[in-house]
Amino acid sequence: MELKTQPFVINMGPHHPSTHGVYRLRVVLDGEVVVDLEPIYGYLHRGIEKLAEARTYTQNIPFTDRIEYRVSMSNNFAYVLAIEKLLGIQVPERAEYIRVIFAELMRISGHLTAVGFLGNELGAMMTPLLYMFREREKILDFTDMVCGQRLTHNYIRVGGVSQDVPNEFLPAVKKFIKEMPHYIDEYDQLLKENEIVLARTKGVGVLSYDMAINYSCSGPMLRGSGVKWDIRRADPYSIYDRFDFDIPIGEVGDIYDRYRVRIEEMRQSVRILEQAIKQLPEGAVCTRVPSLIRPPRGEAYAHIEANTGEQGFYLVSDGSIAPYRFRVRPPSLINLTVLRELCIGWKIADLVVILGSIDINLAEVDR
Amino acid sequence: MDPQYSIWERIVNLIPMIRDELWAALYDHIPVWSIVITDSIITIGFIVSVIFTLVIGLIWLERRLLAWFQLRPGPNRNGPFGLLQPVADAIKFLFKEVIEVRYGQRWLLWLSPILLFFSVFMAFAVIPIGWGSENAPWGSKGALADLDIGVLYLVAIGSVGVVGVLVGGWGSRNKWSLLGSMRAVAQMVSYEIPMVLSVVGVILIVGSMNIGEIVGKQGLPFIFLQPLGFFLYFISAIAELNRTPMDQVEAESELTTGYFTEYSGMWFATFFLAEYINAFVVSCITATVFLGGWKPWPFPDNWLPGGIILLIKAIMVFAFIIWMRATLPRIRIDQIMAFAWKFLIPIALINVFVTAGEVLIWDAIWPDGEIFPYWFAAINIPLSIALVVVWSKLFFKLGGGRVDVRSLWSGYSQRDAVNSKASFST
Repeated sequence: MELKTQPFVINMGPHHPSTHGVYRLRVVLDGEVVVDLEPIYGYLHRGIEKLAEARTYTQNIPFTDRIEYRVSMSNNFAYVLAIEKLLGIQVPERAEYIRVIFAELMRISGHLTAVGFLGNELGAMMTPLLYMFREREKILDFTDMVCGQRLTHNYIRVGGVSQDVPNEFLPAVKKFIKEMPHYIDEYDQLLKENEIVLARTKGVGVLSYDMAINYSCSGPMLRGSGVKWDIRRADPYSIYDRFDFDIPIGEVGDIYDRYRVRIEEMRQSVRILEQAIKQLPEGAVCTRVPSLIRPPRGEAYAHIEANTGEQGFYLVSDGSIAPYRFRVRPPSLINLTVLRELCIGWKIADLVVILGSIDINLAEVDR
Repeated sequence: MDPQYSIWERIVNLIPMIRDELWAALYDHIPVWSIVITDSIITIGFIVSVIFTLVIGLIWLERRLLAWFQLRPGPNRNGPFGLLQPVADAIKFLFKEVIEVRYGQRWLLWLSPILLFFSVFMAFAVIPIGWGSENAPWGSKGALADLDIGVLYLVAIGSVGVVGVLVGGWGSRNKWSLLGSMRAVAQMVSYEIPMVLSVVGVILIVGSMNIGEIVGKQGLPFIFLQPLGFFLYFISAIAELNRTPMDQVEAESELTTGYFTEYSGMWFATFFLAEYINAFVVSCITATVFLGGWKPWPFPDNWLPGGIILLIKAIMVFAFIIWMRATLPRIRIDQIMAFAWKFLIPIALINVFVTAGEVLIWDAIWPDGEIFPYWFAAINIPLSIALVVVWSKLFFKLGGGRVDVRSLWSGYSQRDAVNSKASFST
């Protein structure tokens, strides 16, 4: 006798605890197994790219804060790099170092939330997340020190940064750098060899080397699959060629590898921070730029290695005060395109964890 | 063993003694059935109120402990140390509107929490809180109901809760709830088996299913004599409770809240309460069967009232459950099922056979059985460690593979797929 079952169509989201915002998945299940999956985007679409065309270049910096809001300064950084490319201006040394310090702090902060929420999706009742938020809180305090904001910083400006760091900033960061490896060891104690974490993540959601490249994944997704590609090395922007750091890569490309890559990247970020703090020169933090920037006609694409991947900004200037075209390359949207391939054949519990391991931010996906 | 009453037990005995005197006086004047019914209602009311008070404390304990594990203060505003937080929550729940699902099945929706409550409260009837005699507080063996099949009763009553979970999820007419119910039935039914098998060792040693007798025979807590039994019982009980790491049935990050997604207001709180009471029941059973129950081992008996000793032990077990909840992630459903069938049940069976052999030898050498079999511990502790290690290394691996969905798709006709798409379009 042939047993026939009906497909079980279930609507995951937009209100679901594990979709990281308002993201909807139309999932076809056979029992618990995901048979088909269709992502539905756009619940958080704010039209930032279009809005930006009606505002000046400087006014757009706060928009970039709201794209990937966990790591606002990385977005500021990438956008400002694109404008500086258009203008062809040089940034003071001290500003470069401050930018790098914050880019790395943001990377740590972003990875902390990614790994913490991964723990949450594995069902760990908030504990890893809250431990990681302890350190993230310190990073938010640093941003509070320099620009008075914890979430939407608007700190990195065209030509440098908005103001110099206060006196208490450097000792605090030094203390943080000293403590951070110990905290990362603590996370490892909780998660690294946990039998349940291993059972849930090893071999699950495998993204192969070729598939990662074909889907143009970037960031920890790509490196987790064993591709040694980091824009900080491949196309060094700012002053990243002066630092000594490793690019951790995974072997299999499963959830566990992505998680390990994130943890190792945090260690590498601490290394970069150590060097940057040591080399931090004195001097101005911003070059003089006109209040209304009118870049010459042309186009520029600047990309940085953000925590989720290649965060790029493509600007087309028609010589006016506003960009003619403002295009964001959102790493988490492009990483998310591979979701269907990863999830089919796994259980719905794995779907949640795979989605978590991609580390999406819906504000960035929908913009 | 002749019970020596302490001052505590005399005080505790006071109320039942008054009760006995009262009923004796009324015996000639009113019909017996009315005495029985009134007595039952008063006793049930007493038990329910005691347990509700305890559960308020337990909810507070869980929230505070969980908060401390997670580096946050926890509820600390309402009342001393935040003790009144559960009361505040209950008041809030009472004032919330109960929203019913339009196409839900009303009867099933209402039946579910009632069944759950019933199953958890009934379990308290057989848990002994002290020595008893004919006029002692809790009947002859110190429990409300002195059943000779106490262990069987506990297991049977515990499985009634599964029906509550199932009908709650089914009646909600919500796909997430249904998924939760499906998981619940699979998981809870599977875990009944290792749960029963793990207690069989204890039953074999005692030679009785009477829980009062099981406690009475514990010269040494049975956790030392039956370490594997304790381990298996505790794990299965956690799975029955739907606690992390086996909270598949609720699975907040996957199924929102599983089978009670559609419940709101006080009905939701009912599930919440039932869950805590159930956790307390399991802690009590663990403490009674494996940790010496009301006996204050290694101190002399009657050192403290039995109820308080049991409470302390139960709270220790409960705290351990909270600790697990704060630390461990969740296991996937297929892994949970494999864990029950491929790991727990074989080991439980081996444990039963080994214990049966030991009991046979014990009976053969000491036919009167008066000497407490301490030597079981010397065999069983190393054996259980070896068994768990060997079995987990050689025969069982947690983790599963990808399912080939093409074979699943072949079961669907094209029409099904089209229909499902059409019915879903917005």
